[in-house]
Amino acid sequence: MKIHEYQAKQILAKYGVQIPKGEVAETAEKAAEIAAKIGPRVVLKAQIHAGGRGKGGGIKLANGADEAKKLAKDMIGMRLITHQTGPEGKIVKRLLVEEALEIARELYLGIVIDRAREAVVIMASTEGGMEIEKVAAEKPELIFKEYVNPAAGFAGFQARKLAFQLGLSGETHKQAGKFITALYRAFEGTDASLAEINPLLVTKQGNVLALDAKMNFDDNALARHPEIQAMRDLDEEEPLEVEASKYNLNYIKLDGNVGCMVNGAGLAMATMDIIKYSGGMPANFLDVGGGVSEEAVTNAFKILVSDKDVKAALINIFGGIVRCDMVAGGIVKAAKEIGLKVPMVVRLKGTNMDAGKKILEESGLAFYAADTMKEAAEKVVPLARQQAKRS
Amino acid sequence: MSILIDEKTRVVVQGITGGEGTFHTQKMVEYGTKVVAGMTPGKGGTTHIGIPVFNTVAEARLKAGANAAAIFVPPFFAADAIMESAEAGIEVIVCITEGIPTFDMIKAKAFLRGKSSVLIGPNTPGVISPGKCKIGIMPGPIHAPGRIGIISRSGTLTYEAVDQVTKLGFGQSTAIGIGGDPIVGMKFIDLLKLFKADKGTDAVIMIGEIGGTAEEEAAAYIKKEFNKPVVGFIAGQTAPPGRRMGHAGAIISGGKGTAKEKMEALEGAGVYVAKSPADIGLKVKEALKKK
Repeated sequence: MKIHEYQAKQILAKYGVQIPKGEVAETAEKAAEIAAKIGPRVVLKAQIHAGGRGKGGGIKLANGADEAKKLAKDMIGMRLITHQTGPEGKIVKRLLVEEALEIARELYLGIVIDRAREAVVIMASTEGGMEIEKVAAEKPELIFKEYVNPAAGFAGFQARKLAFQLGLSGETHKQAGKFITALYRAFEGTDASLAEINPLLVTKQGNVLALDAKMNFDDNALARHPEIQAMRDLDEEEPLEVEASKYNLNYIKLDGNVGCMVNGAGLAMATMDIIKYSGGMPANFLDVGGGVSEEAVTNAFKILVSDKDVKAALINIFGGIVRCDMVAGGIVKAAKEIGLKVPMVVRLKGTNMDAGKKILEESGLAFYAADTMKEAAEKVVPLARQQAKRS
Repeated sequence: MSILIDEKTRVVVQGITGGEGTFHTQKMVEYGTKVVAGMTPGKGGTTHIGIPVFNTVAEARLKAGANAAAIFVPPFFAADAIMESAEAGIEVIVCITEGIPTFDMIKAKAFLRGKSSVLIGPNTPGVISPGKCKIGIMPGPIHAPGRIGIISRSGTLTYEAVDQVTKLGFGQSTAIGIGGDPIVGMKFIDLLKLFKADKGTDAVIMIGEIGGTAEEEAAAYIKKEFNKPVVGFIAGQTAPPGRRMGHAGAIISGGKGTAKEKMEALEGAGVYVAKSPADIGLKVKEALKKK
């Protein structure tokens, strides 16, 4: 799960990570009020779940409350487009109004899980402000890493080492060491999957603060962090994805026009791949789960056809423990309720597949049947093409 | 022949009294698996679906002779269940549970270091040596005894591959789901090593997916040391970056872990890579012919 910058900073502050003075404004008046309190010079930062905000006009410097108000008026409600939002952009609903600081150096600090090493890794770099992937590709020698021993935890010497590698000394080095340790504690304490401070700021006075902050969390651990779960912003998510998550369905909207509904994540990805291989493009990823129920099938069907970009759909079910006749029942039920709006190719395989096929045939609905994945994909792609021409 | 499990394997089911545990234990028994014990804390001394239940895995090992474990406990308790089995000296631990927090798995894996147990999963359909033993939730009837080994990060996609292999008349020596999570027990390389030593395996199918670098690591190993034909498929060739595709581990992050990189690495190692999932079986045929 992702959260906003201001929310990440709230969490980090609780763990003792130093952040700039600031507050959230949902109106221009409030922005002016905050600027009067912490200014005069403040930075207005649009709160959306995407990076690259500065280039898109989502971060602005204001000198005094009046200018803050004027700028905030334009920013709140604006459609912010960055390289991460897609062409439709995101509507800005809130601004983080922060004190403007005098920058001496911009550094990088990030924490993720290293899958190959099966450990948490803390990465620090002198190249703050750049995307870390770019630094890793161009100047890997400027990224310093420390792996956390799962039994001993993150050790003090590791934090000090990283701070020295960043070229810090004296009081600033001490502050940086504390900062890194506090960031790790926040990462571990919240079951985060990413904690990134980019840039990590060293001010002209030698203080160390998080200028920006990004945190993502392990979805599997959210149930033990209700305070983080409460930070979910549904406005930042695709409405159909929100709907699907209510029924524990894994749904991701994509750019193509061939809808698909599959049981199991690997088979769902493979179905998307074979659609592309057959000359089409998948409109979505939809995994109803390895052990799907009739109700889940019905809900998934509804979500699938409510996407207006879907011109034809492929349902690919490999019944194991799940019975194909039960799945067929769910499909027919949903199709009778809301109608077959687009051509649908159904491939049922495995347990009780013959009974399942019979249910589809006897429903009187015009499903296209297929025996193999290949046949299914080769049928659905031209159907989508024809339907797209018609509409 | 087979790897990991066979007709001599004796299974304890952790979480046997739960809904999932009960259902799948019955299916395993029907398949012919020797389920010798169940384990649910507080229910020791009772019998469930005809199987003796113990309070601890250690007891199940001592009194019922269990040497393998199937874990069906809820996600927040699963890492603990893994550690309990390892401490009890269980040889093969198969963790079916999906949704275990990553931090829990980091700790469980650290706990396993230096112990003799091997872990399969979590978030896996399990392991099957057709005709001998099944530990997991995969449908028994699509499998057939044979000489093809299968290692996969997926569930139903593995069934698809198994089905293709069975239809072509090959059958499987052992099929293993290594799990769809970012941190899992045995990985491709660990299992390739076992298949290399297994006289009953002629070729191996490796089904990977986007995310992580396990396939690239396996490719390097295959190139250097593996002496049997390998067929590969990578799911997620059309997956967008930055999105978790159902499996917690299936995510392209920071431009890394794409299907393209993995397919290139495998091809570079001489693996027969199927671009379409429909061609996995055919690639096996091709690989065996050239052998």
